[in-house]
Amino acid sequence: MSELRVFIVDDEAPARERLRELLGDFAEDIPTAVVGEARNGLEAVERVPASGAQVLLLDIQMPGMGGLELARHLAHLPDAPAVIFVTAHDRHAVEAFELNALDYLLKPVRAERLAAALRKASAAGAPTGEKLARAAEHVRESDGRAREYLSVAERNRILLVPVRDVVYFRAELKYVTLRTREREHLVEDSLVALEREFADRFVRIHRNCLVSKAAIRGFERAAGDDEDPRWLVLLEGTDEKLPVSRRQWPTLRGLATEK
Amino acid sequence: MARAYGGAAMASIKQNAYPDVLPDFRNLGVIARILIAVNLLAMAAALYGSSGWAQTLDRFVQAAAFLEPVLLTSLVALYAVSPLLARLPYISGCALVMALVLALAAATHLLWARGAAPPVPALARVLLLAAIVVAVLLGYFRLLSKAFSPALSEARLQALQARIRPHFLFNSLNAVLALIRRDPKRAERALEDLADLFRTLMSDGRQFVRLADEITLLERYASIEQLRLGERLRIVWELDSAPLDALLPPLVLQPLLENAVYHGVEPGTGAGEVVVHVEQRGDRVLARIENPYHPEHQHRAGNRMALANIRERLQLFFDAEARLVTGEHEGRFRVEIEIPYRLRETSRA
Repeated sequence: MSELRVFIVDDEAPARERLRELLGDFAEDIPTAVVGEARNGLEAVERVPASGAQVLLLDIQMPGMGGLELARHLAHLPDAPAVIFVTAHDRHAVEAFELNALDYLLKPVRAERLAAALRKASAAGAPTGEKLARAAEHVRESDGRAREYLSVAERNRILLVPVRDVVYFRAELKYVTLRTREREHLVEDSLVALEREFADRFVRIHRNCLVSKAAIRGFERAAGDDEDPRWLVLLEGTDEKLPVSRRQWPTLRGLATEK
Repeated sequence: MARAYGGAAMASIKQNAYPDVLPDFRNLGVIARILIAVNLLAMAAALYGSSGWAQTLDRFVQAAAFLEPVLLTSLVALYAVSPLLARLPYISGCALVMALVLALAAATHLLWARGAAPPVPALARVLLLAAIVVAVLLGYFRLLSKAFSPALSEARLQALQARIRPHFLFNSLNAVLALIRRDPKRAERALEDLADLFRTLMSDGRQFVRLADEITLLERYASIEQLRLGERLRIVWELDSAPLDALLPPLVLQPLLENAVYHGVEPGTGAGEVVVHVEQRGDRVLARIENPYHPEHQHRAGNRMALANIRERLQLFFDAEARLVTGEHEGRFRVEIEIPYRLRETSRA
């Protein structure tokens, strides 16, 4: 059996060291090589793709970006690594892992458990993005926190777009386009899922479009007579004017008077 | 060993420290309660025994003519023997109250039978009725004293105190495990620190501690956190003018520091600075803990609960004399506590 390439992500140095120690302890049974470490999700997004890691050991609670969000971003990689979550005490996350059959370990981690999880993970491979998204949704229901970033896979790396930079999402045929001030990206999430996850930041203006509440500058009367006026949304950071559907206008009018 | 015995003995004494007591019959509130309760009972009886409003009133007046003299003389008598009642054991006190009221009811009945104004019921019925009313009232006062008993607020104190973040416990144990091979001495110290912390967490939360002890506890806790977080955690201690002999409830400052680390330092990717400041200002002790503010983490559950918890404990210990304020200013979150500067444990009612 060739060496299993492991990547460790934890914000606490002693926790990373402990995992390395345990991997060393059963190196004869399961030969492993630690191909990299990161202290938080952002560092991991940079380092994991080029590391060739086959298995990630992933802490849940980390500054900047937590383990569950990180796993969702990394799932976009062409050969995404398997994931074993590690947590000290995180009731909701553990519930979500159980429900979605994701592997996890509790800190302090026991060598036998770690060995068993590694065997299982290397056989089963990477969890699907959908599975991770379902787990994340379960956790969000209890702690109310959405992702901080959206990710776009670019060949063998992950590009992160901060959610606060997004001006709008628009569904076109099979894809959803995300628009920032600078450029456009295609994302794999569905508009419905995005609307649910970011309900406090984005509002639906049309069957196929969500816009950032913070980016709305105003509304412009487009066409139609006084009986049946049609409106366009004016947005910060883009000259595009997006049409508002009849159905969504009452909600948006409320938002407009709030501003 | 001797200490352990002492602790056990004290705990068992404390359990019996609040036996049942009779109400203070010289207290205006108690007197008012008795007057209202007895008249309400009479009213209920009149309502039950009559078929119309006029008849109800009639019955009530009739009953009152006999009832009020008994009630008023009983109150006067109880007022008089109140000091004696306070010295008697609870059961004997109850018996004395019962005997007094029955005697007065019998005496009134005797006078009434001679005057023969309206017809009165038989003596046995009057006495039985009086006994029932007295028993009901004594039961009511017993429940009342239980509801407001200091034992209850002390049980509450302990419940409030016995909270530790599992997140902290498991991560600390994990950090110690990582140390054992590389730096066994440091691992030993860390376990000792953890033991001290847990001893305090599981101790009798009802006794005041010296500020010096609470500060030692803060240092032990900080050293464990330092182990986990390394250079990410920087603590600035401003304790030069702290009144080390001041008394305060245990575990008031430590949870605040724990909060500061959990909400202020752990969510940050860089280093976070926590300031611990304690000083004496006149006859008050002022403590302030400050940490970086991460608004996006504020709904991470637990922060407000921990603060509400400490606020409640301060209130149970100092009533209105303590103050806890929180505020956020220029990216820093700060909690300030002000308590009276006390050197002796004064009795809490």
